[in-house]
Amino acid sequence: MKEYISLSHGSGGALTRKLVHEIFAAAFDNAYLRKLDDASVVTLAGGRYAMTTDSFVVDPIVFPGGDIGKLAVCGTVNDLASCGAEPKYLSASFVIEEGFALGSLRTIVSSMAREAREQKTAIVTGDTKVVPRGKADKLFINTTGIGFVHKLLDTKKIRPGDKILINGPVAQHGLSILASRQGFEGRTSIKSDCKSLWGIVKLLLQEHVDVHFMRDPTRGGVSAAANEIAQSCGFSLALLEKRIPATASCRSLCEILGLEPLDIANEGKMLFFVGESDAPKALRLLRSVPSCRQAALIGEVLSEKKSKVYLETSAGGSRVLGMPVTDAIPRIC
Amino acid sequence: MKYVDDFRGARACLALARRINAAAGNSDFRIMEVCGTHTAAIRRFGIPSMLSGRIRLISGPGCPVCVTSDVYLRNAFRMAAEKNVTIATYPDMLRVPAGGDSLQGLKARGADIRSVNSALEVLEMAKDLKDRRIVFLAVGFETTAPATGILALRARKERLRNLLIYGAHKTIPPALLGLGRDKDLCLDGFLLPGHVSVVIGMQGYRQVMRALRLPAVITGFEPLDILSAIHTIIVAARLHKAVLENGYCRVVREAGNERAKALLREVFISKDSLWRGLGVIPKSGLFLRQPYAFLDARRAFGLKEEGTREARGGCLCAGVLTGKIEPPACRYFGKQCTPRKPLGPCMVSREGTCRAFFEVS
Repeated sequence: MKEYISLSHGSGGALTRKLVHEIFAAAFDNAYLRKLDDASVVTLAGGRYAMTTDSFVVDPIVFPGGDIGKLAVCGTVNDLASCGAEPKYLSASFVIEEGFALGSLRTIVSSMAREAREQKTAIVTGDTKVVPRGKADKLFINTTGIGFVHKLLDTKKIRPGDKILINGPVAQHGLSILASRQGFEGRTSIKSDCKSLWGIVKLLLQEHVDVHFMRDPTRGGVSAAANEIAQSCGFSLALLEKRIPATASCRSLCEILGLEPLDIANEGKMLFFVGESDAPKALRLLRSVPSCRQAALIGEVLSEKKSKVYLETSAGGSRVLGMPVTDAIPRIC
Repeated sequence: MKYVDDFRGARACLALARRINAAAGNSDFRIMEVCGTHTAAIRRFGIPSMLSGRIRLISGPGCPVCVTSDVYLRNAFRMAAEKNVTIATYPDMLRVPAGGDSLQGLKARGADIRSVNSALEVLEMAKDLKDRRIVFLAVGFETTAPATGILALRARKERLRNLLIYGAHKTIPPALLGLGRDKDLCLDGFLLPGHVSVVIGMQGYRQVMRALRLPAVITGFEPLDILSAIHTIIVAARLHKAVLENGYCRVVREAGNERAKALLREVFISKDSLWRGLGVIPKSGLFLRQPYAFLDARRAFGLKEEGTREARGGCLCAGVLTGKIEPPACRYFGKQCTPRKPLGPCMVSREGTCRAFFEVS
């Protein structure tokens, strides 16, 4: 039977992985791409640089806690930051649907500009395309970023005993989008965590914290990120559900819809894999940042070489935390 | 959330699990959870890891999309392929495979298929899309059936002409009877579904349980709910006592929800119905009765009867649905059949037994 692209191919889960592996990585194959990291580190005269690109098609384009413009800058900055790279230059391309309000575009572009200014990054080039009404949904943005690598990180540096830290509560971005899209009333307290993370990464690197690896758990949430890392480094990971921060409103929305908070996208979170002895220091540093007061040590790397992710549940049991398979969908019964 | 946390404390859960293991002693126990949400909760909280190996929790046929028959799906595909038809259904139905295809596949190829979270969204859809015929694939147990009932009531009152309902609602008590009597299964007790019980109440099970003489407890979805129900069942089973208890009295009443029950009586009539894996169960299906039959898609499209026989797909979902085998015993499990490419329906929904196994094993 003929195969078609379905929305699950874009959900960041197992199907996305398959698509990237079988179609893109196979065709473009080279040493950089083979790592399938969020960004690739290339060597140019004068040092090592990281390069990444990301397209943004979020619907609605304005959501509690941010908009597509802010997200387009943060997303790319965070992919660079997860490689230990300081974001330097960005590009921005716009695909705009005919009939899109100029005022809305202005607002979104100015929020991009504000975020870029705060991150001391310059948007140095760009492109604009307008397509007929109905051929795109309002506005799509692509950003590409180049950053200077301060510390080379690799999943190969992860060792048994390493501690896993996160800088705050999970699931806020995905739930805020879901809530505003579905129009759940009275759920306005859920704001996206959309935020640039270079600031806290820089702090840890400046203080010489023994960071071995970082990954921002975006689509597919902590579950997907943890599983990818476990597969890449070969060791199994153990996470403690009780320690993983989530706000009360996110938890209760997840309960109502039957969703797993660990499967839901974040846009301002980073998983840090830190050497055992440096973990308390890393936690102290993270918690000194106002937006990361709820940073927590959520697990560790085991010596078992099975590439699994175990979750010790809040009820005291334990289970394997799998890779999310499809988009989060509310239960039907 | 404080309220929920009280039902999840690790210390209380582990203490209760120890009491269960002590009560079980050296005997083996086989307890079936009939509800898919229980299956998912048991796996999610890691309950099997707390209990002794002597206590087997067996997953029953409690996931609505899992028990929906092959012919039903093929009929749905047929309607989806017709011009001017919009299919509305619950999100899980989109991925259920039948004959190598699925609604999701049809959607990717251009059919108008929309997912809804509530039956009443379909009403709005029918009003918005006046020039299209809207077919609602109504699946689920006593939990979702009243919503379909409201939809039928409103559609009749507002004289909607472009709305059709293709119903596959099923009721739990008749299925319990077959499972409880199954000699191969040899069950020691039932965890009764919490949501279904909100509608049918304790009353809904009395007749069946009197016939079966097995311990059964209506159970909530928090780990302490589930563990305390298991404890009650094991203590009763050791004494060979048949008990029917309500362990979810914070929402379940003796008589259930009278209004919902009246609605079901008003809109539906009970007839024999085909369950995937279980075959035909007498009086277990809810079908539209007069004067709502004008909404029935079966009539409007002249659909094939679902009949009594199922297509054999090769996967062992029949055994899984009746709790006779665990998913890894199926040769396709985790190989050709994965959540991203399900061969059988049990791999589709989070509440499906195979999917629940796949995600945590």
